[in-house]
Amino acid sequence: MKLVKAVIKPFKLEEVKEALADIGIEGMTVTEVKGFGRQKGHTEIYRGSEYTVDFLPKVMVEIVVDDADADKTIEAIVKAAKTGKIGDGKVFLIPVESATRIRTDETGSEAL
Amino acid sequence: MKIKKYLLALLLTSTAFLMAGSLGAQDVPVEEMAEAAADPAADAALAAATELSLAPARAAVAAMEAKYGADSGEAEYAQSYLDIIEGQGEWAFAFDFFTVSMLWTVIAAALVFVMHLGFATLESGLTQSKNTVNILFKNVFIISIGLVTYAVIGFNTHYPGDFNGWISFGSMIGDLNADGANTFGYGGAGLAMTGFGDFIFQAMFAATAATIVSGAVAERVKLGSFMIFATLLVGIAYPVVGSWHWGGGWLGGLNGDAGFKDFAGSAVVHAFGGFAALACVILLGPRAGKYVDGKIRPILGHSMPLATIGVFLLFLGWFGFNGGSVLSADPSGIGLVFTTTALAAAAGALGSILVSWVFLKKPDLSMALNGILAGLVGITACADIVSVMGALIIGLIAGIIVVFSIIFFDKIKIDDPVGAISVHGICGIWGILACAFFDVTDSGYTIFGQLTGVFAVALAAFIFSFIVFGILKVTIGVRVSPEEEAEGLDIGEHGQEAYPDFAASSR
Repeated sequence: MKLVKAVIKPFKLEEVKEALADIGIEGMTVTEVKGFGRQKGHTEIYRGSEYTVDFLPKVMVEIVVDDADADKTIEAIVKAAKTGKIGDGKVFLIPVESATRIRTDETGSEAL
Repeated sequence: MKIKKYLLALLLTSTAFLMAGSLGAQDVPVEEMAEAAADPAADAALAAATELSLAPARAAVAAMEAKYGADSGEAEYAQSYLDIIEGQGEWAFAFDFFTVSMLWTVIAAALVFVMHLGFATLESGLTQSKNTVNILFKNVFIISIGLVTYAVIGFNTHYPGDFNGWISFGSMIGDLNADGANTFGYGGAGLAMTGFGDFIFQAMFAATAATIVSGAVAERVKLGSFMIFATLLVGIAYPVVGSWHWGGGWLGGLNGDAGFKDFAGSAVVHAFGGFAALACVILLGPRAGKYVDGKIRPILGHSMPLATIGVFLLFLGWFGFNGGSVLSADPSGIGLVFTTTALAAAAGALGSILVSWVFLKKPDLSMALNGILAGLVGITACADIVSVMGALIIGLIAGIIVVFSIIFFDKIKIDDPVGAISVHGICGIWGILACAFFDVTDSGYTIFGQLTGVFAVALAAFIFSFIVFGILKVTIGVRVSPEEEAEGLDIGEHGQEAYPDFAASSR
């Protein structure tokens, strides 16, 4: 099993969710996060003084999938979340040791 | 425990007020009723005139008795109305105008009360969410202590009657309906209200001055010290300084015979509050994190919707503040004052929008909001003597001034989270000066006379605040600890959060 962890633009969440549903993904966990990458933050003005916003709001989507589904999951996220402008985000793939469904005690792929 | 020390000091202050009040309840100084004329013909003429104004109601009573019987409810109702008019005595002829005026006065008083809601929301909105409970608490305290001290000592200090023109401490208000103060004879068309109407309208004003300070010292002032300071400011300094102008004091000698012009309080309320705030902010220092390595790091307000609601409520309340200061329902006065007030506010917003867009490159909402208030403060001194065009220009200039003033105070490290010093202090001075430039009634207000008055008021507020706040600073301290400031005054001073259901990351 693999954990797909994607940091995307907040307004792309709906499209990403639909794209994942289309390829048969049945669950995901979404978190509101803040961060920056190579583009850094941006400056804003409040009452005449400029200030830098270093941490921009992003959404993190976490999905655990079977090894075989990992590539198409990443592909679907990248396709749906792309705008071509800086700040589109990143997708990470991490191995997962186990999964357990609490209600039924099922483990492994059965639990996904 | 530190908090016990504050409470003790506060208790002592309030006890002092109550003792001052108990020295003897003093009735409101009513204009002495004209001595009954010795001439019987004059007496008869007055009686006949009064009878004339009572005639319709008398006729109605008689008619009701004839139709429904002397013991009927209808006759009783008619008689009850006649009783009210008869209660006006020889002033019965002015009953309708007096009633409408009195009603307008108490509505205006209620509108001025709404301004405190405006201040509470504006100040909360422009500060961080970790200090919201503290801001709201201070606002609750100020309106409460303001009303109480005004009854105990303020009103009769503010309006001492005959006095030396500088200072005369009054005592607690008595029965303001006594001695004909519930009739048109209390103040004629120039003050068409009862003694109690006069009191409650002015009492609502009184707390405003301390509220202005509350915003400027927000997010780092020690609650106990602020409460003591606010009590003394609203209980003693405000009515004493106010008596110089509205109480018939020495400011009346300015501008030759014309007297100092400050219609509803650009100087004696707003500049007073603004310069009191300046003294406190100088002693208090900027908020932690506002100036880092010599650079300004803005500390964002946590809710622009709250700030906007606050300013709109203040705008609404200002119709009572200025409109009520006509002191009667005189149709020509009320219409003019409502118009000039609204137009100056609108022009103030446009002025600050223009300036902030051009010079700061962004249309800053908080500046636009300050612009509305700047226009309102600017027109407050002269709302009843300027033309429509005058009101627009006064507001526009106030809106321009306020943006530069806020930036200026920010640069010299006077940290004022809500812009109170600029809005109330600087634009208060502008409003007073504008009386000399835009008066269309040719009353003879001079630049020199106006400046003398407003500087006297501002200086008095500044010195009083500097001394009182300075004493508090070296005794019990005026600033919370750096740890408490970082944690937020809500937890530090009150042990309570404004938004407990929100994630910690929101602060």
